Amino acid sequence: MRILILGASSLLAHEAAKHFAKDGAELVLVARSPQKLAAVQGDLCVRGAKAIEAIEADLADVTRHQELIEAALKPFSGLDAVLVAYGTLGDQQRSERDVQVALQEFNNNCTSVISLLTLLANYFEQQGRGCIAIISSVAGERGRQSNYIYGAAKGALTIFSQGLRNRLAKKGVAVVTIKPGMVDTPMTAHMRKGRLFADPKVVGRGIYRAIVKRKDVVYLPAYWRYIMWIIKSIPESRFKNMNIGG
Amino acid sequence: MLSPEKTREVQSWGRYPKVKHARVTPIYWRSEIPDLASSEQPVLPHAYGRSYGDSCLNENGVALDVSHLNRFISFDEQTGLLCCEAGVSLADILEVMVPRGWFLPVTPGTKFVSVGGAIANDIHGKNHHAAGTFGCHVTRLRLLRSDGQRPICSPDENPELFQATIGGLGLTGLILWAEFRLKRIVNPYIDADHIRFTSLDEFFEISAESDKNFEYTVSWVDLLVGGEALCRGIFTRGNHNQSPELARKRLPKRLPLAVPFNLPQFVLNTLTVKGFNELYYHKQLPRRVHRIESYDPFFYPLDSIHDWYRMYGKRGFLQYQFVVPFEGGREAMREIIGRIRQSGAGSFLTVLKEFGTIKSPGMLSFPRPGLTLALDFAYAGEKTLRLLDELDAIVRQYNGSVYPAKDARMSAESFQQFYPRWREFARYIDPHFSSSFWRRVSTTQ
Repeated sequence: MRILILGASSLLAHEAAKHFAKDGAELVLVARSPQKLAAVQGDLCVRGAKAIEAIEADLADVTRHQELIEAALKPFSGLDAVLVAYGTLGDQQRSERDVQVALQEFNNNCTSVISLLTLLANYFEQQGRGCIAIISSVAGERGRQSNYIYGAAKGALTIFSQGLRNRLAKKGVAVVTIKPGMVDTPMTAHMRKGRLFADPKVVGRGIYRAIVKRKDVVYLPAYWRYIMWIIKSIPESRFKNMNIGG
Repeated sequence: MLSPEKTREVQSWGRYPKVKHARVTPIYWRSEIPDLASSEQPVLPHAYGRSYGDSCLNENGVALDVSHLNRFISFDEQTGLLCCEAGVSLADILEVMVPRGWFLPVTPGTKFVSVGGAIANDIHGKNHHAAGTFGCHVTRLRLLRSDGQRPICSPDENPELFQATIGGLGLTGLILWAEFRLKRIVNPYIDADHIRFTSLDEFFEISAESDKNFEYTVSWVDLLVGGEALCRGIFTRGNHNQSPELARKRLPKRLPLAVPFNLPQFVLNTLTVKGFNELYYHKQLPRRVHRIESYDPFFYPLDSIHDWYRMYGKRGFLQYQFVVPFEGGREAMREIIGRIRQSGAGSFLTVLKEFGTIKSPGMLSFPRPGLTLALDFAYAGEKTLRLLDELDAIVRQYNGSVYPAKDARMSAESFQQFYPRWREFARYIDPHFSSSFWRRVSTTQ
């Protein structure tokens, strides 16, 4: 299995990658920080990855995407799967006050991903097989005051992946939309951890299985499907006055 | 299932003492560590909190949560040298390496300890008589000091800092990574013997013949049995199985139990301990049983019961492990066992072993040649503390020592007698690092 991981320094991506490494996969890792890239590469190498190519790149930079994808396809003469795992939780308060920050956030989590997925979709479509996995979020299911810039980006990403799934299903390419709930990672390090924060190892394993089994939409942990069903069923006239998830 | 409450409270395994930390700082990357010198309060690294007492606690100080520094760095198939970040757990290592034919050089009774913790406590295992402590197998480590220096420490580079860090209870700085040698195994199984014995003297006999031929030896003992025998128990000894066929056999999955909440106080008391001891002593019908066991239940019988400290309830418990030299060992044991029986306190899990002569490089290393006994006592207030103080006095009288990794209350006088190199060690403590344990034991008149 040759898999490209966009955002390899993400804890969830690393946890998922551990399972691929154990299977002896060939991995292309992309991240911004060379130190983090090296740390993740070293770990996955010891864990059994057959070969690893590490590429430093700022995934928010749309102008470099074409050359990045070309570079990712080279080392193992193609790819069987890609996991989109990068993103930023952002600062909601700052996004509210500063347009540039808001747009940057949206670019980090959605626009730049659309750019990469457009290129990758075309590659996998002409190849006629493969799996594109995208880490979205339950935050994309309903806009709420505490993180709607992030939520909007993830919501758009979810719909984009859904359309992509529809387009590529007949071409033998699976598109997996992964929706984690709240997970205990560096992204949420600033938050007070309650009972609902999941173990990243569990979520990482779920991502691995979702890719291997070519699922459609996966909530991780699974009970988030039911939590979101309840949240989405609250009428808007009530929801607008609530303060969920602070 | 919903994950357990992720409080930022840092605790030790015995849940005694319960202290509050000023804050818990998680560290995710070696390349992103905050400036330790800029912290007003002293810092102490903390990973999985398997130390029983306060050696891993830093009351009103900063706990550096290093459990996320858990990446492997490199492994050399020729030499067996593994290099990894200090937050890697022994469980992680076993999971990745056992299927490839490698095992830990030394392992304690739980696999949920970090490599950093293994070094900081210079842990020992059932093979101490054959292999020494964990520190004996460390080739190099890199320390981060609060002045920003990142010295590599080994027997040849910064040797004193190396010797201070092994068994150094996390006080010499933050261990970033360590390199140590794994050992080759043919398969994940152990040829194990379990032999019932009826007295301490019989234990000595079995020990004498076993330590020569068996890599792993340990005994569970019942001290409440009474009489001249002093104790009875089950002697376990084992070697790695050498059959290549078993290498391919699938390991049985162990169903984990969990103690879901603190049990009420009356559950673990002397009567129940007596009852448990009776059942456990007779668990095998023949006096001697031979089994081929997978490594997990042989080395880690308690790990399959998650959160077993909850059996002691909210009050917590105190672990006490001491060693007394062979000379005078039998008399020391008689006095100690007598004192424990007198107190009426029952120890649920009592483990007896003979330490060997292999010397550790660590300045504060606990194991030395002699008899070691590990006990746990439900915390019943002053009574329990007084009993342990009296046991300390006996251990001091016989020139023994008590293990800091399990300690929550030994006095400064006792500690300083048990560890004569403590002043030499103190020179290598990082000025911004401290622990509740150290503040207690380093006071002088």
